[in-house]
Amino acid sequence: MESIATNIAQEYLTFTLGNENYAIDILTVKEIRGYESVTKIANAPPFIKGVINLRGDIVPIVDLRIKFDVGNVTYDEFTIVIVLHIHSRIVGIVVDGVSDVVTLSRDQLRPPPDFGVAFNSNYLLGLATVNEQMIILVDIEKLISSEEMALCESNSVTDKE
Amino acid sequence: MSIDMQQFHAVFFEESQEHLEEMEQLLLALDLKAPDPEMLNSIFRAAHSIKGGSGIFGFDALASVTHIMESLLDKIRKGQMAISASMVDLFLSSVDQLKDILQSYRGGGAIDWASVQSLTQKLEIETSGKTQAAVEKEEQQGFGFFAQVEPAPAEEAFGFFNEPVADESFGFFDEPVADDSFGFFEDLPAPDNVVLEVASEMSRSASDAVAGFFEDLLETASPAVEVVASTARSPSTAESRAVGATLSVVPPIVAERNANPEPVQSASVGKGVVEQKQLASKSKSNDHVTVESSSIRVDVAKVDQLINLVGEIVITQSMMNLLGKSLEGALGEKFQTVANELERNTREIQEAVMSIRMLPVSFVFNRFPRVVRDLSTKLGKQIDLIIEGGETELDKGLTEKLVDPLTHLVRNSIDHGIESAEVRRERGKSPTGTVVLRAAQQGGNIVISISDDGGGLNRERILAKARENNIAIAENPRDEDVWQLIFAPGFSTAAEVTDVSGRGVGMDVVKRNVQTLGGRIDIESRAGQGATFTIHLPLTLAIVDGMCVSVGSQTFIVPLVHIVESMQPSANDIKTLAADDWLLHVRNEYWPILPLHKVMQLDSQYIDPAKGIVVLIETTKYRFALFVDALVGQQQVVIKSLEQHYRRVQGIAGATIMGDGSVALIVDVESLALSVNQNIHLAAAV
Repeated sequence: MESIATNIAQEYLTFTLGNENYAIDILTVKEIRGYESVTKIANAPPFIKGVINLRGDIVPIVDLRIKFDVGNVTYDEFTIVIVLHIHSRIVGIVVDGVSDVVTLSRDQLRPPPDFGVAFNSNYLLGLATVNEQMIILVDIEKLISSEEMALCESNSVTDKE
Repeated sequence: MSIDMQQFHAVFFEESQEHLEEMEQLLLALDLKAPDPEMLNSIFRAAHSIKGGSGIFGFDALASVTHIMESLLDKIRKGQMAISASMVDLFLSSVDQLKDILQSYRGGGAIDWASVQSLTQKLEIETSGKTQAAVEKEEQQGFGFFAQVEPAPAEEAFGFFNEPVADESFGFFDEPVADDSFGFFEDLPAPDNVVLEVASEMSRSASDAVAGFFEDLLETASPAVEVVASTARSPSTAESRAVGATLSVVPPIVAERNANPEPVQSASVGKGVVEQKQLASKSKSNDHVTVESSSIRVDVAKVDQLINLVGEIVITQSMMNLLGKSLEGALGEKFQTVANELERNTREIQEAVMSIRMLPVSFVFNRFPRVVRDLSTKLGKQIDLIIEGGETELDKGLTEKLVDPLTHLVRNSIDHGIESAEVRRERGKSPTGTVVLRAAQQGGNIVISISDDGGGLNRERILAKARENNIAIAENPRDEDVWQLIFAPGFSTAAEVTDVSGRGVGMDVVKRNVQTLGGRIDIESRAGQGATFTIHLPLTLAIVDGMCVSVGSQTFIVPLVHIVESMQPSANDIKTLAADDWLLHVRNEYWPILPLHKVMQLDSQYIDPAKGIVVLIETTKYRFALFVDALVGQQQVVIKSLEQHYRRVQGIAGATIMGDGSVALIVDVESLALSVNQNIHLAAAV
């Protein structure tokens, strides 16, 4: 519960994965762009689609829909990539859609549920209700740098469970 | 505040390091019989700058040593003392010690005060020993006001005329009497403005006494006079640190003086000639000074960022070009013209930006005169070092990493290559051996070679040693193959090992170092005539010459260094080992075939090697035939790190961005070989 107090931010970007609304700290978002063809990497888990050229940086693209087995995994001109900037690393995540930017205060948050969402509750900050819709707040830094994402060398990660 | 000081410290350390290196080079280049006054001045200035900086920051050990060095150097450059070989040795060891001290301050380590003490003592003895004689000599000259003055303040006063930082000297010109240290000027008949007057008019209307004063200056410190004169004439020039600029004002004054010989009469004509000679040598070295002041210090990260951004422009530009092709009619033509213009400009920007990182190889080479000097003294051999192509430019990252392997090779050449003078005489060679360090650019490569005219490598001994180490050797191996044996780990021809080095000891490290720089090393040797080690390096670390190959829809880059050849194999040459393990039969040798699509888990266009292309690859350990769909072409690519945002991937050395903006992976053939299914028996490379 401490993490709620420390990690609370004013604004969140909400996106959809399958039927649920998720939100991440907007300060971790670098940009939002369309999906483009990636360069595949051998021996990578299936949810790591490959790498793209983001203005000279070689950036890995993770499809959260594959990783958490939600949503429709299709790639077309409407497929969205949220580019995140986390621990001086850049990574793109593929989601079903980006919806809104919402402002949440700490007392709007409720404790995270133990089940019912795609993510392990370790990566959740809590639940909030906006316009009668439930939004799941994700600790995206923790999720992306976690070992299960296989995005970095295991010892270069700050948070471990 | 403390952070600010830290910043200055870093600059001071770097500058001092450069000054020390400059001192070392100048000392080594100094002709003891006829020392170049400008070189002496430069050495003095270097010591002085370090002293000044270390004083400000409170680095007492540095300040105390440089202070004494400075006094001694000051005497030498004024001709009060003759420079001797032992002095040069002392200065060189002082430079070494100063480097150590600098390192200690830099790393926050403890200062070895005892050795600082002993060094300062040595320097003091050297300084004082000759001081007495100099003082006596001065007294004999019998110039009234000099006899009354102690030599020390006079020196100080002259000393600072030559100082690049001229603040104080300006103070002196404004109010000549105010400062204590100029007390002796009070004896002059016209104390107030006389120096300024004399200086600016250069003795045209000065009284005899003043002329006498200047005469004396001419004798004791002739360079000082020139600077005084020019300082008075154009203070703003002198104020700038560019000594070269100040000196350039000098010639007209000398001409003036010669045209008005009256007050300078008592100064012999010979003096004038000597002075002009000095001026000539000064103007020669002016170039050097200007170069120094025209460079700036830039953080490498900034340059890298610039290179990155320019790379982006290049890619954006080529994307725009592609788009422009779809435009038609008059507009399309106009667009094409503009696009072409942009392309040219971009290419020029790219070249210019790349060149920022380039440094002349002389940055590495310049340390070797010292190495050779020390080693030849130690081993009692006579050795000439010849350096060629020091101006060849190389990526800064490479120059730094080249130091170790080159040092090793040079030491090897001197220790084992060059024979002793007696042996050389017996063999009918000149008793002085020659080591040649040479750098040159050959296309996209830099070639650096170390040649000696010594005994050459001993084929029999190397072969014997190889047998002893159970290294497989072909029967009657070619010389080149024999020489390569010394790169084997732990390979040492024991009979030759000395305390300096052993040929073979660490040669594997040399080879590895060169290879991590993306280069290779070749040896040529002839018994009795010497050996040449040639290092081939890519122009920069960031760029690799690669062969683009395609597999399915993806492109990979194979570094050209490892490619032996590419071919379309005929079905007859492909032998099946197991179910889908193939061997390629080329010129009586069998190369295991490694399908790239399999390693990279991709769908390929061809399954049958006979339809695609095989690229024969040789690494240090293995050789194999890489099976790909097609060759796309050869091109230079900029290496980008995968690890920055992702992780290390086996078999991949990095990534690059192609002209169309897509990412291509660069194949790491060494680790690719290791990742190969163990069932494929890789042939060991020869």
